[in-house]
Amino acid sequence: MSWPLSAASIPSWAKRTSDPTPPPRRHMLNENNLKRVEELKQRYPTTQALTLPVLWLVQEQEGYISEDSMKEVASLLNVTYAHVLGVVTFYTMFHDKPLGRHHIEVCTNVSCMLKGSDKILQHLEQRLGVSCGHTTTDGKFTLSETECMGACGFAPMIAIGEEYHENLTPEAVDRVLEGLR
Amino acid sequence: MIQQPTHPEQTTAWENVILPSIKELHKIDVYRQHGGYNAFRKALGMKPEDVIEEVKRSGLRGRGGACFPTGLKWSFMPKQTPKAKYLCVNGDESEPGTFKDRQIFEFNPHLLIEGTLIACWAMGITTAYIYIRGEYGKWIRMLERALQDAYANRLVGENILESGFTTQIYIHKGAGAYICGEESSLMNSIEGERGYPRVKPPFPAQFGLWGCPTTINNVETIANVPVIMERGAAWYAGVGVPKHPGPILVGVSGHVNQPGVFEMPTGIPLLEIIHKWAGGVTGNKAIKAVIPGGSSTMILRGEQLEGVRMDADSLKAAGSSVGTAGLIVMNEETDLVAVLTRIAKFYYHESCGQCTPCREGTGWLWKVLKRFEAREARMSDVDLLMDIANNIEGNTICALGDAAAWPVQSMIRRFRAEFERRTVDQVVEEPVSA
Repeated sequence: MSWPLSAASIPSWAKRTSDPTPPPRRHMLNENNLKRVEELKQRYPTTQALTLPVLWLVQEQEGYISEDSMKEVASLLNVTYAHVLGVVTFYTMFHDKPLGRHHIEVCTNVSCMLKGSDKILQHLEQRLGVSCGHTTTDGKFTLSETECMGACGFAPMIAIGEEYHENLTPEAVDRVLEGLR
Repeated sequence: MIQQPTHPEQTTAWENVILPSIKELHKIDVYRQHGGYNAFRKALGMKPEDVIEEVKRSGLRGRGGACFPTGLKWSFMPKQTPKAKYLCVNGDESEPGTFKDRQIFEFNPHLLIEGTLIACWAMGITTAYIYIRGEYGKWIRMLERALQDAYANRLVGENILESGFTTQIYIHKGAGAYICGEESSLMNSIEGERGYPRVKPPFPAQFGLWGCPTTINNVETIANVPVIMERGAAWYAGVGVPKHPGPILVGVSGHVNQPGVFEMPTGIPLLEIIHKWAGGVTGNKAIKAVIPGGSSTMILRGEQLEGVRMDADSLKAAGSSVGTAGLIVMNEETDLVAVLTRIAKFYYHESCGQCTPCREGTGWLWKVLKRFEAREARMSDVDLLMDIANNIEGNTICALGDAAAWPVQSMIRRFRAEFERRTVDQVVEEPVSA
């Protein structure tokens, strides 16, 4: 048998049955965000520097960063998948798994702790029926404990997404939850 | 019983310059009506080296915790270099107890932009990155809006104010890593890497972002620069304590009636800050302890506070440091074992894992402290904590290791009995001999 093999010499069992042409490349990032990436490239001398900004775009669009997204970011920025995975797992704000629709974070660091953040956390666990670090069965809320959010003078506090709710009492937490249901 | 020291009766009068009480100052028109961007204009009329000289003479010291003289830091930047030069403005603000920079983003963002411009002019920098922690999404948008206005008014970008000077300012959003507040880790984060601190030397002024000369300054430090240019170095040097002059943003949190960020000249007694500025201790209780400058600074006993002032030298003499001036007040009922356990957990969570003493040590500290919380610790564990802390301190690439060790060392040195009381050995009675 000579190399390269002619089509006729390939046994039938070895022939692909599916369409050999790859499917058209579908970008994980939408067009708007791809345009943002091009704009961002002007800001840094290397594409690797875009790792964090682009991962933010992915997370804003998708809610979390999947393995496929990481691979896409890697090829978009001409860095390795290992690099992107390393970055995603280093920074606590990047999530490689989907979260509930509302991510509730309770700061329990010293200033908040002195002002009773444990009561706020307990209250939330009771109200949502999940323990800290978990998502409600309806997928609406994820409850987690977080490190200092920079709201020490307005403690205790929770953050829901980017929104800070400060100077909380259990009653105030109820009002916040009411607004989300 | 803790004896409550008498507090001074006088409150120092101070008119805010960093956070003045002007309505809607975040809008560029309002900011310009009140003389905004005049300091930058003035700087543009001066030679860059004269601007650095002015900042040197003002005595401004970094507000990020290390108190390094800002003018001196700027003078380390090479004047002639074929490489690009960068400025990083550090708004990572993640030290527990610290929440001052966010006030600048919210209430006076143009002061920060103006300060950044002056710094760029002084050091011949054409690109500045303002690094802001990811949790501050709302404040990033506030600063972004201000920055857009500044670009639209041709105050940032190409050929600013027809001077021929060009500089770009970009905001870089962090993603939840305390360590990125450390300057070399911050640079790695901007480069798109995991936030691992770098070994120094080489120092950033020689080998910083992408190997180019780089200066990193705290947000509050940069916000002080326009004030210096506008009012003059002599005025600035006369504010507060001569060796650590200027206005300082003090964030007070914990057991006080009116917590918040207060702008004041340096050198105000801590007791005056607690009792006058922050409205006194909640429920009129005695002060058991304070952490004067964010969680990594050494804790002080309540009765130790008489005469201690909010400035680098006074706090150093008292056995602590000014840090980021994030004052955490704890009343007589506070469980300090719980406080230290929480602090230890924080550093364990935030250690980047690069150096073994910090990666392993912070975890051990937390583990041993949990034994105290559960009342399962032995008397020897008190010294074990000290031993672990001593073995972390000074043995790591960056200061996070020290920051994890200092609270433990100071807490045990100053409140040893609190820990001994929580050991099982304490409960065991002497066997009665027949």
